Amino acid sequence: MPRFRPWLSPLLLLALAVVACGGPFPQSTLRPRSDFAGAIDHLFTGIFWWAVLVFVVVEGLLCYAVIRYRYREGRPAPRPVHGHTALEIAWTLAPAIILVFIAVPTMRTIFTTAGEAPPTALKVEVIGHQWWWEYRYPDLHIVTANELSLPVGRPVQVSITSADVIHSFWAPALGGKRDATPGHVTRIAFRPDSVGVYSGQCAEFCGVSHANMRLRVLVLRDSAFQVWVRRQQAAPPAPPRGSLEARGRDVFAKSACIGCHTIDGVSKGIIGPNLSHVGGRATIAAGLFPNDSPHLARWIANAPSLKPGALMMPMPVAGADLTAVIAYLQSLK
Amino acid sequence: MTGSRGLRSWLTTTDHKRIGLLYFYTAFAFFLLGGLEALLIRAQLARPNGTVVGAETYNQLFTMHGTTMIFLALMPLSAAFFNYIVPLQIGARDVAFPRLNAFSYWVFLLGGLLLNASWIAGPVFRAGVLNVAPDAGWFGYANLTERQYSPGPNVDFWLLGLQILGVSSLAAGFNFIVTILNLRAPGMKMMRLPTFTWMTLVTQFLVITAFPVITVALVFLMFDRFFGAHFYLPQAGATPLLWQHLFWLFGHPEVYILILPAMGIVSEVLPTFSRKPLFGYTVVVYSGVLIGFMGWGVWSHHMFSVGLGPIADSVFSATTMLIAVPTGVKIFNWIATLWGGTIRGTTALHFAVGFIAMFIIGGLSGVTHASPPADLQQTDTYYVVAHIHYVLFGGTIFGLFAGMYYWWPKMTGRLLSEALGKAHFWLTFIGMNLAFFPMHLIGLLGMPRRIYTYAPDLGVSSLNLVSTIGAFLIGVATLVFVVNLWRTRSHGAPAPNDPWGGATLEWAIPSPPPPYNFSVIPTVASRLPRWKTEHHDPMSDPPAAPPAPVHVPGGSWWPPVAALGLPVLALAPLTHHVWLAFLGVAITIYGIYRWAFEPFEV
Repeated sequence: MPRFRPWLSPLLLLALAVVACGGPFPQSTLRPRSDFAGAIDHLFTGIFWWAVLVFVVVEGLLCYAVIRYRYREGRPAPRPVHGHTALEIAWTLAPAIILVFIAVPTMRTIFTTAGEAPPTALKVEVIGHQWWWEYRYPDLHIVTANELSLPVGRPVQVSITSADVIHSFWAPALGGKRDATPGHVTRIAFRPDSVGVYSGQCAEFCGVSHANMRLRVLVLRDSAFQVWVRRQQAAPPAPPRGSLEARGRDVFAKSACIGCHTIDGVSKGIIGPNLSHVGGRATIAAGLFPNDSPHLARWIANAPSLKPGALMMPMPVAGADLTAVIAYLQSLK
Repeated sequence: MTGSRGLRSWLTTTDHKRIGLLYFYTAFAFFLLGGLEALLIRAQLARPNGTVVGAETYNQLFTMHGTTMIFLALMPLSAAFFNYIVPLQIGARDVAFPRLNAFSYWVFLLGGLLLNASWIAGPVFRAGVLNVAPDAGWFGYANLTERQYSPGPNVDFWLLGLQILGVSSLAAGFNFIVTILNLRAPGMKMMRLPTFTWMTLVTQFLVITAFPVITVALVFLMFDRFFGAHFYLPQAGATPLLWQHLFWLFGHPEVYILILPAMGIVSEVLPTFSRKPLFGYTVVVYSGVLIGFMGWGVWSHHMFSVGLGPIADSVFSATTMLIAVPTGVKIFNWIATLWGGTIRGTTALHFAVGFIAMFIIGGLSGVTHASPPADLQQTDTYYVVAHIHYVLFGGTIFGLFAGMYYWWPKMTGRLLSEALGKAHFWLTFIGMNLAFFPMHLIGLLGMPRRIYTYAPDLGVSSLNLVSTIGAFLIGVATLVFVVNLWRTRSHGAPAPNDPWGGATLEWAIPSPPPPYNFSVIPTVASRLPRWKTEHHDPMSDPPAAPPAPVHVPGGSWWPPVAALGLPVLALAPLTHHVWLAFLGVAITIYGIYRWAFEPFEV
């Protein structure tokens, strides 16, 4: 006899939720920290409960039918029922009515989250690259990479595009994802409502290291944000003559680094991330590794060995030169 | 021309039943291969920072898993039943174009082999083995697939293989439409067609309209990659979004190409084992047709994250939600079919009821991403991976397994073991829920799909481990099925004409049927010809031997020859040897020429 127990599924969900309780879930879509993410979460919660209701009713009917009408010795042959017009109409209308209750808030949310922020919003341009993120603040004349700093409570207008293939910008706590398509500029808008560090990553398959194209959003108190802006706007500090950092700058300026990276006053490369203030970032390689000396050393020596397909070629910089370059980069706060 | 045994008889066969078996065994082999790829994927993701395979290999694995399961396993497993069962259900002696049918099969086999040859072809291209398989995803989004970003032969294998498979699907599509419309037995009106045959007809219309779209998209890509055209190149003023529109304009009807045959199978299995006619036959048929039409109006719901704007998002959201209505109607009619019946819990029925139970979950998660704002959090995450596997595994594969247990006795003359069948079902049912249910949560907790590694801080490590355990349980279940198939060859109980008490014509003839199928073509007076209804007595079975000798068409070498030219043609761009193109075209033209002038009587 068939014994279907699809009701196991919700129990399973519960059990799994217990199993999963532990981590802080930095990339969860269920902990909204902006108006955009909040509107989506609210909408999803409503649809979820409709789905639960339909699940319970329909799976319940199915289980009941299978158990109640199972074959037993001596039961008379079933009546050959071919259909029932009123029933057909009823179960056409019932889902249609439920869908109205889903469609109306959906349409409303589509238009309230259409990506248009007020004109006073902070403007940020996001440019996807294989496999890192470039951020430009056009009104503040700041260019940075992978770690996006935003002030809490102020609307942000994000314009998104790509320098190569299609990527998708996604920081779940702050809102839904939006594709970065070469030749197009797309937009999202949101207002972060809590100070914190939120992680995200590229959501559209973009080649070998798609999994390693991560990002962090730092939502700061307004005063901290102003400090960050002033530091980014200042020219990178010039190392004192004769120091280790000065030697590092000279090695940097004479090596292939300058072909791809910009450090204000030193080089003007645009293929890789802008390093003018790289020492102030907590991570390197698009959120993969902490920004410390061992990781910087391995990264400079052989980036593709840490991140498959990375376009930065292994640098023939070693020994004291490497130590000097690392000291220089770390000094660029 | 040929006997009924030996390799030669299989190579030249034009018998729809043998071609059906060829489709089954070939597609099942590809199903095992796609499953193996899935297990490697799950092994890699069992723990964070997995080291089972590297990034390049992983990207090839998930690309080939999707491509294999869709084009080489699920579609041709459905085709196995189209071939074997549809002519029997409509009371025909074969399909309308038997040699074209053989051609479809050989093109499918060769296209599948070409695609998978990429796994070992590395050394030909001065690369390692496991280096040149397709690696841009089964959806192959431009402009990642352009030569600049995918310089190797990987994407070439993919676009050439899919074009060849398209030829197979199109030829079969036209063949089955003509067969169903023209070869029905006397009295088999359209509204007396068995539901499986109806869903086959709708599916074939989707095939002949959707495959030209993907073919055009692939030809554009081929021109971009080989001849420097700019159909998808943003730096030349084109937009890579053109690919997405063309691909999903094909891709969404493709979803219904995958699910409608399974819905047809379930609509046959449920009435047989509850001893009741299908509830609301007309409504089930019309809702299938309606789903076929509506499937064309929803493609941009795969593109909500593109940013097409609120108007386009609203329209495609509304059309997508509307599809839930005819789908829900089908589910209610299936439950009503069970209601009041005397349900016999055969393995086929287990899988059919399992189909409904799992498809409900897949349908409900589908509604959640029909809402564009919600989809912006869900798309390209494991939530969508969960959704498609509830629909395509819990749906299509459960439906196909129901069909296997139901029709295997008809196809081979032996009954599959019910005990092993139940074990197969429960292991599959538990395995699939363990494998795919946690993926909903994994996605909502922020894990994107198509990533070969994830950090432990994401907090999804234990959920991924559970999912991997479930996947391996599905692997064990599939081994049980393989054992069942193998055992049945020698130990299976011999099947009578009609082991289940079915209502449709295929059960009126021996198992397996003789080459001519029906000794006398039956005359059909009812939708359920073999059952007693209010107005009709059951038909009498055709006599055991035909009253006069029945002429059945002989075999032909020319369909496999004509098919052979296509992969040869595809090798030309792959290896940059132009002469191979001329050779391939010459082989195909010669094959078609000899085919056209071959004395071949139907």
